[in-house]
Amino acid sequence: MIIKQLSVFLENKTGRLNEVAGILGDAGINMSAFSVADTSEFGILRLIVSDPDRALQELKSAGFAVRLTEVVCLSSPNEPGALARALNILSSEGVFIEYLYAYSMDNKSANIVLKPENIQKCIQVLQDHKMELVKASDLYKL
Amino acid sequence: MIWNEKIECAEREEMKAIQSERLRETVQRIYHKVPAYRKKMQEVGLVPADIRSVDDLHKLPFTTKQDLRDNYPFGMFTVPMSEIVRIHASSGTTGKPTVVGYTRKDLNSWSEVVTRSLCMAGVHQNDIVQVAYGYGLFTGGLGLHYGCENLGASVIPISGGNTQKQLQLMEDFGTTVVACTPSYSLYLAEAMKDAGIKKEDLKLRVGIFGAEPWTENMRKEIETQLGLKAIDIYGLSEIIGPGVSCECEHQCGMHINEDHFIPEIINPETLEPMPAGEIGELVFTTVTKEGIPLIRYRTRDLTRLIYDKCECGRTLVRMEKCKGRSDDMLIIRGVNVFPSQIESVLLEMSETEPHYLLIVEREGNLDTLNLMVEVQEQFFSDEIKQLESLRKKITHNIQSTLGISVNVKLVEPKTIERTAGKAKRVIDNRKL
Repeated sequence: MIIKQLSVFLENKTGRLNEVAGILGDAGINMSAFSVADTSEFGILRLIVSDPDRALQELKSAGFAVRLTEVVCLSSPNEPGALARALNILSSEGVFIEYLYAYSMDNKSANIVLKPENIQKCIQVLQDHKMELVKASDLYKL
Repeated sequence: MIWNEKIECAEREEMKAIQSERLRETVQRIYHKVPAYRKKMQEVGLVPADIRSVDDLHKLPFTTKQDLRDNYPFGMFTVPMSEIVRIHASSGTTGKPTVVGYTRKDLNSWSEVVTRSLCMAGVHQNDIVQVAYGYGLFTGGLGLHYGCENLGASVIPISGGNTQKQLQLMEDFGTTVVACTPSYSLYLAEAMKDAGIKKEDLKLRVGIFGAEPWTENMRKEIETQLGLKAIDIYGLSEIIGPGVSCECEHQCGMHINEDHFIPEIINPETLEPMPAGEIGELVFTTVTKEGIPLIRYRTRDLTRLIYDKCECGRTLVRMEKCKGRSDDMLIIRGVNVFPSQIESVLLEMSETEPHYLLIVEREGNLDTLNLMVEVQEQFFSDEIKQLESLRKKITHNIQSTLGISVNVKLVEPKTIERTAGKAKRVIDNRKL
């Protein structure tokens, strides 16, 4: 249930994102999802890829500050109110979320990547409420 | 007006006689009272009797900031603490300040040389002098202060900063002389524009500017914007503080108060004295100081000496504006900054490695310090808030060590250039 997400430190300067994308492309690693958090000084690129461990090595050897972060991915119906329902459950159970991002591939379902403060508790709460979690192996394959 | 004509216009032979007598006395004193000096002299086989005149000065060993550090805080003092009446300090290379102590006589000498400097600048007792140098451990504020009082001018001891108040008092009190760093004077000029104050609204006529390097172009700009005569004053706390030398109204080099501080120019590589008129490192020997006399103290400032008689009538030797440094010290907003200070802060923090790049800019008229620090892989966090708090921590630690503000920027690992030899740690984009 735990998904390995790559986090990459990026300075705010042109061409850095291309470089990451290029390195992964050359290594035959596919990206399933990503988001960029930015401040005025720097950004953090967060990626779900087909082979996180190899991607980590590739980026490390290219000199990036990169690490693996544990996240969970919730599959939710792609319909109005679905995100609100999921978040209501988490907040009412006291699960604190550091950040999240979402993507949808069709009009049936959407995936929400969550970085909870306490990952075990988050998984437990979601499972108790019969929410559907995406398996790591399924997500990397996308 | 020449404050002490007898000294300031003395013939060269007369000056040499005064210097020689005072030098002999100083060498006797330091040899017997300061073990560090005695040891240095013994190492080169010197006894006080070997120093008979200023012509023997070159035989004496040098003194450096390192000596002051090794004897921190009071080891180089020649008198017991009961005779020390004031202590000042300036930033050192490793976080420990350079400490100097003054006896009552030293404070009187200091007032004397500052008074002479003020007279060189054309200040007189009817002037109202706003001292906008910092008061405190830094010698700028109190140094100027007592010189002004000694002259009989009216001092406004406002200290540094608080720009709105500075302008208000200039307007309301009719300040005629301002003493501050040259960059702050331009900052004041900008603040005047913002506040709609014209130079004609003020009575400023002389500015006493020092504590940092500045160019002839800056002088023109300051003079135009503030409508005053901009005078360069030089000093360093180790020697006494401001008033070691100062320009006269002809603005053609700073007259050194050489009956107190004997200057020499040496080659910073070979340490050999250089012929008159050549550029090299300025070295001072104090010959009247009681608290902490310094023998051949290496200032690290590069300049040249001019022995011709000045149009003002003074014969005191002049030094040109400093041309640079023979070490890596930077002077930023009047504060001495050594790159090694930054390195030691980073080394003390477990989250950082001492790979950094310091970029000094002059934005508008104020120096800004930008520090690029590499994010270390093991401390790279996935969360913005942790990186932000790391940045704040670095900023805080550097600021509290250097005493001036700094903008810290986190950069990717290995983006700061590594070299086999001495790393390039500083980029100074100021046009000095």
